[in-house]
Amino acid sequence: MSGELVRLLSDLKEPEALAFVEKALGEGVDPLDLLGQAREAMKIVGQRFASSEYFIPDLVFSGVILKRIVEMLEPHIKKGQEAERLGKVIIGTVAGDIHDIGKDLVVFMLDVNGFEVLDLGIDVPIQKFVDTIKETGATVVGLSGFLTLSFQSMKDTVDTIEKAGLRNTVKIMIGGGQIDEQVRGFTGADAYGKDAMAAVQLAKGWIGG
Amino acid sequence: MEKKWEEMSADEKQEAQFQKLLSPKDPEGKDFKFQSPEAEKSYKDRITRIKDAIQLKKLPDRVPVCPLPNMFPYTYAGLTIQEAMYDYEKCVAAFRKYVLDFEPDMHIGASGPGPGKFFEILDYKLYAWPGHGVAPTSSYQCHEGEYMKAEEYDILITDPTFFFSNVYLPRVFGALEPWGMLPLLPGIVEMYGVAFNFIPFGLPPVQGAYKALFEAGAEALKWAMAMGGVDGELKTLGFPNILGGFTKAPFDIIGDTLRGTKGIMMDMYRQPEKLLKAMEAITPIMINMGLGAAQQTGNPLIFMPLHKGADGFLSDEQYKKFYWPTFKQVIVGLIEGGCIPLPAAEGGYNTRLQVIKDLPKGKTLWMFDETDIIKAKAIVGDTLCILGNVPSSMLQLGTPQDVKDYCKKLIDNVGKGGGFIMGNGAFFDEAKPENVKAMVDFTKEYGVYK
Repeated sequence: MSGELVRLLSDLKEPEALAFVEKALGEGVDPLDLLGQAREAMKIVGQRFASSEYFIPDLVFSGVILKRIVEMLEPHIKKGQEAERLGKVIIGTVAGDIHDIGKDLVVFMLDVNGFEVLDLGIDVPIQKFVDTIKETGATVVGLSGFLTLSFQSMKDTVDTIEKAGLRNTVKIMIGGGQIDEQVRGFTGADAYGKDAMAAVQLAKGWIGG
Repeated sequence: MEKKWEEMSADEKQEAQFQKLLSPKDPEGKDFKFQSPEAEKSYKDRITRIKDAIQLKKLPDRVPVCPLPNMFPYTYAGLTIQEAMYDYEKCVAAFRKYVLDFEPDMHIGASGPGPGKFFEILDYKLYAWPGHGVAPTSSYQCHEGEYMKAEEYDILITDPTFFFSNVYLPRVFGALEPWGMLPLLPGIVEMYGVAFNFIPFGLPPVQGAYKALFEAGAEALKWAMAMGGVDGELKTLGFPNILGGFTKAPFDIIGDTLRGTKGIMMDMYRQPEKLLKAMEAITPIMINMGLGAAQQTGNPLIFMPLHKGADGFLSDEQYKKFYWPTFKQVIVGLIEGGCIPLPAAEGGYNTRLQVIKDLPKGKTLWMFDETDIIKAKAIVGDTLCILGNVPSSMLQLGTPQDVKDYCKKLIDNVGKGGGFIMGNGAFFDEAKPENVKAMVDFTKEYGVYK
């Protein structure tokens, strides 16, 4: 039976995966084992996305199924039993921009790949990034933006982090519709990523894992 | 004897549309008055240049250059987006300045910012705009959400108009919330019982909704007069606007503002048949939306912003199953009605090129953004006219020399043999004016066909 949930979730079989979890819980299977299988499945989903076998709908749907599985498992898991996280990543859509689809995909992929993600949401005031770095000691910051207007917001955010004396404590990555190397250079960020898997690779490169 | 419109082939209809543009009339039916013979010549040269580029039959005199900005004309004139949305005179003055300063071969009018007060009157909830969720300097942005619930497909499939009037519009416009009480109009059939159907119109909330509508309509008219005014004036100066209207791919209709991105992606798995049926149900409406607008404006170009079919958003298989069939039907329906669809493929469209290659030749104009445009020329260059794709990042952050180098590459590779219009890749708000100028001026100089 071991590994069955890995297969069902990574193949996006929603009803089957949920029925399996329900049955397994009823039979007294360790919920942490099931959670581990779910994480394993999400790794496979990420790999399939990276190799263009899966696309955004598949990624989104895997997240929907995962959420339902976690909701079923949560009441059975004691606090403090959850797996260690790799490191903290702060993510937000920069000031003036309220687009969240790309940002949410990045948050999701970082989360399922083991990072503790601090999602600051959309239209995030610059100071909030600075405050969150100070409060949490996160070492990676991701800035998202879809509009051309966000280039300046990203630059202002990077500059303000610099002025606060925190630039050497964090790596900054940017991403979004019109972002390229030229925009990265303008903003002073350390790297840019084309999609959610690129964000995971960047974070892994900086934090490890 | 001249053929009747209904009897014409798609080819003949398109040609007739261009001939109409080439011999413009004023509202009284007399020859349109230009400000000078030079302006008249420029106008006709521009239309001919665009026509030749689109039809793929004749080499134009040079590569047409048509920047399609979003909020750039207004930021360029020093306005905030808020001013452009609320002060129609300032808005059109800024747009006029943009056209006269940059002299594009075609423009698409000053309607981009839209009437701020109109949105306020109706309490539009679908978007954030300056003063309503974003700063005065920000462009309006969509609040994505599930404005249609997963279980509402049957209503949409059975009666799309009822779904919009009684379910969707009451959700996205606060002022139209009482429209949820409107009667089913096909129930109004005979003397007996007819009055029951009209009771909702006697109720204060519904009456309030109609009062708001009258006010909104008056505001929209005031705004449209300003838009029409600047279009007319620019035409007398030789600058055509051939944009006739707007429609969308059915998948984007449902994925953008009805079910939202996440909603439609779940539906692809959980209820694919309903999603497909709903797209089929709205396809004729999307065609008529374009044709109707073209008839009203007298212009053939129908803009179609494309979103959820871009590279990465769907697999090949998903694109061919969910996105392409109804999208193609809309394009073909527009072509058969004499229109020229202008799909703007935001993001990348590299993986779709082999699919869209299948379209009728010389009937569409495609704006490409991050697509490998040289590859696009090789694959679809015989099928459609390509518009693009100077990157927004370059327009905002690069130098005029960067832009010239990029445009040279485009003219040399994509411009070869015609079928190409120089432009930006994505609708931009911010840019260095000298970069936009470099794009236009360099194309006019270097893009001449010999």
